[in-house]
Amino acid sequence: MTRVLEVHDLEKKFGGVVAAHDINVTVDVGENIGIIGANGAGKTTFVNMVTGYLPPSSGRIEFMGKSVVGLKPRDVTKLGLCRSFQVPQVFLSETVFDNMLVAYGIAERSGLGLFTPLHTEAREARVDAQLKRYQISEYRDATASALPQGVRKLLDIAMATVRNPKLVMLDEPTSGISAEEKFGLMDIIMQALKEEETTVMFIEHDMEIVERFVNRVWAFYQGEIICDATTAEAMKDEKVREFVIGQEYHPGHVEGGAHA
Amino acid sequence: MRGIALDFELLIVILVDGLVYSSYLFLVAVGLTVIFGVQKVLNVTHGSFYAFGAYFAAYLIGLWTNGGLPDWGGFLLILGSALILGVVLGVVIERGLLKHLYGRDEHVMVLATFAAFLVLEDVILLIWGTDPYLAFAPLALLGSTEIAGLIFDVYSLSMISLAFVVAVILWYGLNRTQFGKILLAVIFDRELSMAMGINVTKVFLVTFIIGTFLGALGGAYHAPIISVQPGIGVEVIVLAFAVVVIGGMGSIPGALIGSIIVGISRASAVHMLPEVELFVIYGIMALVLVIRPEGLFAPVKARRI
Amino acid sequence: MTRQFDRTFWGLTAGLLFLFVLNLFLEEWMRTIGLQSLSRGLVAVGLLILWRTGLVSFGHALFFGFGAYTVALMQIVGVNDIFVLMFCGTAVAGLFAFLLGFLLRQYRAIFFALLNMAFSMILYGVLAKVESLGSTDGIGINQITYLGLKPEGEGYRMALFVFAAVFAYIAAVGAHWYLKSTLGMMTMAVRENEIRVEYLGYSAERAIHVKYVISGLLAGAGGVIMAITVGHVDPESMVYWIVSGDFVFITILSGTGNVGATFIGALVYELLRTYAFEFAPQIWQLILGGSLLFIIMFLPDGLWSIRSEWRNRRNLAAAARSETQVAE
Repeated sequence: MTRVLEVHDLEKKFGGVVAAHDINVTVDVGENIGIIGANGAGKTTFVNMVTGYLPPSSGRIEFMGKSVVGLKPRDVTKLGLCRSFQVPQVFLSETVFDNMLVAYGIAERSGLGLFTPLHTEAREARVDAQLKRYQISEYRDATASALPQGVRKLLDIAMATVRNPKLVMLDEPTSGISAEEKFGLMDIIMQALKEEETTVMFIEHDMEIVERFVNRVWAFYQGEIICDATTAEAMKDEKVREFVIGQEYHPGHVEGGAHA
Repeated sequence: MRGIALDFELLIVILVDGLVYSSYLFLVAVGLTVIFGVQKVLNVTHGSFYAFGAYFAAYLIGLWTNGGLPDWGGFLLILGSALILGVVLGVVIERGLLKHLYGRDEHVMVLATFAAFLVLEDVILLIWGTDPYLAFAPLALLGSTEIAGLIFDVYSLSMISLAFVVAVILWYGLNRTQFGKILLAVIFDRELSMAMGINVTKVFLVTFIIGTFLGALGGAYHAPIISVQPGIGVEVIVLAFAVVVIGGMGSIPGALIGSIIVGISRASAVHMLPEVELFVIYGIMALVLVIRPEGLFAPVKARRI
Repeated sequence: MTRQFDRTFWGLTAGLLFLFVLNLFLEEWMRTIGLQSLSRGLVAVGLLILWRTGLVSFGHALFFGFGAYTVALMQIVGVNDIFVLMFCGTAVAGLFAFLLGFLLRQYRAIFFALLNMAFSMILYGVLAKVESLGSTDGIGINQITYLGLKPEGEGYRMALFVFAAVFAYIAAVGAHWYLKSTLGMMTMAVRENEIRVEYLGYSAERAIHVKYVISGLLAGAGGVIMAITVGHVDPESMVYWIVSGDFVFITILSGTGNVGATFIGALVYELLRTYAFEFAPQIWQLILGGSLLFIIMFLPDGLWSIRSEWRNRRNLAAAARSETQVAE
């Protein structure tokens, strides 16, 4: 099974407004996909539909060969499709450690098992390993609300990936991060995800990030995908240049593949 | 023929009794709903305002009548006592208590008003004791009248008119006056109003005073019809809650419709199947919360996942 | 987060042993205070769990009443054994919590609070108006038996105290362990961020439903104990909205940091109420109300960890402007 995600004729209408239309894409194992497009182009709507938060008006979504249309986010998560958020969704009044603990607790137990103690030595070890993977171990005992934005994003992603998901969708992982920190952050994230052999898709506005970390690009515009191609091709594509990245953009040194 | 006449009588009785219930409920509930709409506080203390109104008015009317002064003065006393209480209690509670709690968890604020309610209940006892007060001078003054062969006292009917008048004045005040527009702005979006330069603190205080006045008026005007005794506030506040929930929290037309619904339902139960009186009222409240939590007419959005 | 585990557990155990010893020396009226504290404390533990989830119920007298009235009704049909009564009273309350939970779990904030209140007033309305259920006079409770035995004189009350203390202990320890489990930690998680819980793979609503049932069971148990202690059940002292308000009062008084503290809070409430009534009967409500106001306004200890959580939340409100930007 190399096909991780298949989307056919996906459409979403809110009353008269068409938020997404005619979306047909596939994702194979090991691909890194960048989703670009202006604000309001339909990127987050797409992620919301795939992860079950928004029901599509019509169309098919298959994850690992199984249809996920109509499933709730929690079910989609359990199948191995996870996401992170543009505004990191963490438990702000708790420590980083406790945040991760809860994430593991929910991931590892179900039914009556949920009544077993949360904090066990084994689990603690797993939390520490994950914190190390995302290089936020030093913040272990800090309260989430006091974290710098970059660390909070890493926590968000670390929580999202406790189940070693097959596919992870990151919603603007570097938004709100200063320019000089962006690359470092993405390096950590992509390295961590590569270790767990996760297929990665992320929404991103910064084209340099896209170029460096991604080998395929989907460009959204007004609810449709106007380009689905390798990074190099997408950056040169006329429509992409017109509607997304601007004519002034000059592609950097693209090595035709994802960096990790 | 007789069967139909009886049914018709029953209908009239239910209608009039129901509207009488609705009127004083409306006066109390509308104050409650306005305060909630503006300050987002479910003010349990409102029950005390009603009780204070009743006691104060009954007390003054008693003094007045014993002093041999004309009965119609009772009406002035009713209005006067409500005004005084509106200002005094309003300022005391809003400035003395609520001001310090704005911004805190909404449940805590309700509990604070609950605590204030407990305190005021005893203050009433301290001032007026435990014996009931009866002040039916205004009631007697207006005499009675006949509707469809049934006798009703004019005073009760006048309360219905009062409620109607208040509703119209409030509507006018809210939609046609400057202050009313400001109030609507604050109800809609507090922060935005502040950013626009509205003195929200002052608006809160004035609103609360108006609300208190209305609650006290409900009690004061109701006093001549009832036996004013300990515990009337307790009963009223939870009914007023039901009205506000049904009509929509923060909505004045909602308070009107809600009080009519509660009033008529209560009258129907009392006259046809007394055992379900409370069941019906709170059943409707629960039903509205389930079907349309914001209430029938509301600006507030319910948090439903 | 969890090194306190030992402290609370051993604290509770020590407390239980202390109560056993105390039981031998208590005067009757003290024992009554103790029993009523245990009864109300049980309800408050359930409310603590809900409070931690971000929910407050203004109507838990509903389940309290179910527990109490189940005792009364079962006695009418001849059941007098305390174990059976406790089981049934708790079960009935739990059953209703389970059924109502399907509805209630979809609500939050003030709507949750008011919907609970509405249901409790419905029960009140039924009980207060229906003759066969005792109406406003209520129903008397006869003395109960312990597996067929009925101790005489003071022994009866001592045995009741032991029963109540042991039950409360088990409930408290159970609640404490529950709060340390994954599901228990989800009180915090649901309160903080339901979306996140959902995306981690669990239903926030289901978590709430479980907690609601637990709180219903506990409140029912409290009702059973109160009914037997007082020897009487009636709508006004057990189901009325003011009773629910008092339960929340105790929750605030105790703070929600610690299950053991809840019983202490209940005791303080009980003492306050009793002494206020004793020495200043005209103003006992004033004293109670005044105390609640005092705690709300000035007493960080009374609020314990709630308060620091609130402080955090206010900071967070500034730090995390919009809750999610999930929709386009």
